[in-house]
Formats: sequence, structure tokens, C-alpha cells
Amino acid sequence: MAQELKTTERQVPSKLDGSERTRSRPVIVPRADIYETQDNVVLLVDMPGVASDGVDITLEKRTLAIRGYAADQPHQTYRQVYAEYGVGDYERVFTLSEDIDRDGIEASQKNGVLRLVLPKTAPAKARKIQLKTA
Amino acid sequence: MLLSDFGRIGFDPFLEMRRMQQEMNQRLAGLTAGTAQEFPPINLWVGEDRVAVSAELPGIAPDEVDLTVRENTLTLKGERTPRMEDEKFVWHRRERVYGSFSRTMQLPFRVDPEKVEARFANGLLEVELHRPVADRPKKIQIKG
Repeated sequence: MAQELKTTERQVPSKLDGSERTRSRPVIVPRADIYETQDNVVLLVDMPGVASDGVDITLEKRTLAIRGYAADQPHQTYRQVYAEYGVGDYERVFTLSEDIDRDGIEASQKNGVLRLVLPKTAPAKARKIQLKTA
Repeated sequence: MLLSDFGRIGFDPFLEMRRMQQEMNQRLAGLTAGTAQEFPPINLWVGEDRVAVSAELPGIAPDEVDLTVRENTLTLKGERTPRMEDEKFVWHRRERVYGSFSRTMQLPFRVDPEKVEARFANGLLEVELHRPVADRPKKIQIKG
């Protein structure tokens, strides 16, 4: 229980494949909104500080992994006196339902928000199975 | 013997308990991640005669943020509006916050309102403020 609750601090070690990362930056779980319209499932992921070339989206089978690499903050000569957020890499993994058209996924990044549009496929036709009489 | 009996009737209390615990943890995780912080979160750096403030404002256009400086306070104001192109939709997950926000922070010294540099890129606001020349500490030489 205690170990589970630690993940609420928004900073969890990378556990995508049970291995450790080589870079020793904190990993932040970004906040996400997911909503479903008539044709699409739309994901909005907050990744402030990440430019569009720092976003890495991979889809393997039904697992959608979103990673964002933020640039370091340019205040090396300054002394930090107050902090409410940490800088690190963003990482979050979702499992998609099977009725997503994987080739039609669109992604865009604007003002630090990643927007992913996942089009739904036409509902699979119900198929009646006839019993053969032996 | 007892366990195998449960297996036969199709009910495993331990499996049920584990599932309940998992579900509870998921719900708690969502609760704290969504409401714990003030918006926007800020960081503050102090250099020699200058102070830098940065704030995470994802999803907000640069012209939607209102910055005001007064003596030693800096106020950040704005509104984050949801942009849904479709009228009909169902939420699956809602963790991002929307609405108007206003935060006033106290800086360690008075700042020059004419010398404020603000940059906004990728949802990250960086403001650099300078201490007025008249307010800077003056070093006094001690005669021996």
C-alpha cells in the first residue's frame, strides 16, 4: 500500500519494461485529459517545457507510450529559493482499446500540450455463428 | 482444502481483496494528482540583483497571460479555457485543470517595473526581474 501511494507524488521511476534509465533525471507522470467524441478518442497531455521535437510517441501492439524530454532550465548561476515543480522527463503509458484505427493517429504539440487524436474504427459487425449439425 | 473449495465455487476472496486494493489505489492516485497543487506551479531563482520566476502554463497562449509588477510583488493572471471542437463527448479521464487563475508572489526585493523580461515558450513562462539601482546594497569600505 505504501509503495503504491508513493506514485501519487507525480515522480516515479521509469518502469515501462522493468529496467532503469541511463539518464538520472526525474521522471514525471504528466497530467492527461482523455475524451471520446463521435469519431475519435482525444488525448491531451500537459508537457510544459517540451518542444515539438522533444516528443516521442510509440505504439506497440495496444500500448501507447508518450515521452517528452524537457530542456534544462537556464538558471545555473542563480540560486533556487523556491520550487513548486520539478524539471524532468515526462513519461506515461496507456493501453488502447482495440477499436482504434492505428494508422490514422494524429499528433500535434502546441504551447506545451500534446494532442493526440485516435480515430475509432467502424464497429465490428456482429457475426452469427451457425452450428453445424453432425 | 478450503482454498480448493473456493476455487470450485468460483469465488476467491484473496483475489477479490487484491482487486479491491488495486482499484482503491488507482482512485486515490487520481485524487491527489488532480487537486493537490495550486495553478500554475512556480519556481523562483535569485541571482545577484535579479530574480527569475518561471511558471508552468501548458495550453495557454502567450497573449492570454496577464503579468503585473508592483513594488515587490508579481501577479500572474489568466484563464485556461477548454478547447473541445465537438459538442458531444464523454470524459474518460480529467486531470488537467481549467478556469481562471491568479497568483501573486512576493519577491525578495523591490523590482524595477521598467526592466522586466518575459519569455514564453512551450507552455513555460520565464520572467526575469531586476533590482533598481538605487536599492542595491552598497559596499562600505572600512578604513584601517
